[in-house]
Amino acid sequence: MLTLSCPYCGVQCDETELAAGGEAHLKRYGPESSPEEFESYLFVRENPKGVHLERWRHAHGCGKWFHAARCTMTLEVFGTYPAQTLAPPQELVEKILAKRPGWTWREFGQSDMEGAQA
Amino acid sequence: MSELATITRHAERGMITLRADLSDGTVGEAVRAATGHAIPAAGKIAGDGTKGVLWMSPDELLIMVPYDTVDAALEQIVTALSGVHHLAVNVSDARAVFTVAGDDAREVLARLCPVDLHAQSFGVGDFRRTRLAQVPAAFWQHETGFDVVCFRSVGDYAEGVLRRSAQGTPTGALG
Ligand SMILES: [Zn+2]
Repeated sequence: MLTLSCPYCGVQCDETELAAGGEAHLKRYGPESSPEEFESYLFVRENPKGVHLERWRHAHGCGKWFHAARCTMTLEVFGTYPAQTLAPPQELVEKILAKRPGWTWREFGQSDMEGAQA
Repeated sequence: MSELATITRHAERGMITLRADLSDGTVGEAVRAATGHAIPAAGKIAGDGTKGVLWMSPDELLIMVPYDTVDAALEQIVTALSGVHHLAVNVSDARAVFTVAGDDAREVLARLCPVDLHAQSFGVGDFRRTRLAQVPAAFWQHETGFDVVCFRSVGDYAEGVLRRSAQGTPTGALG
């Protein structure tokens, strides 16, 4: 059973109170974009075996969308964060990397940390 | 078989949905003028079911007033918030309201809702929107038990599962 903490309500939400919203941080490419960009928006997904960034909605609660970092293999939850952002919080990335050295997810993760240190 | 709690269905309760920027001081003043209560923290109720405020989401409150005063309260809020971006609607007839009263009331709800209802986790003044068996619902704890609200369209279903859940032997597991 999956339990996620809603960053708005602060409550522990049971899986049955939530609605899954697929992959997080998708960039929506609209008119004027290239076919490759539009394809990436529609079809290209990470689908990792490991820590994944996802969208969830607190459907039986505040009704708000939020993000979660969750391992697709062990179901370990690393944290949740509000939807009003384009990237996971730095402390969450560090928490994931501490347990999963070398973790990368699109432009986030290991290389992101090296960039931050440089 | 014994009864864990007494289930009472209430005939009517005045309710106003208010959506607005809750950090706006004008909104807080309007809520206080209408109810006598400040905006509660997340997961809390201010006041009670007769005159109270429920925290529904970061931008939504459910205001409860006596049924026959709801129009006056709504007008008061709308007037106070003129010029402030908001939405306030009388939703008194949208929901069914129940009271689950008795020593083992929390066991009745724990059988139906995926909520930690241990006495040290959920107490008087706490409020939670959740799932009651198969339907959305919300409840808060007061001195004599819990008040439960759900959409009126599923009120009969909610009453049925609450009454069924109130039958049986208490486990005493929730403290
Ligand atoms: Zn929530």
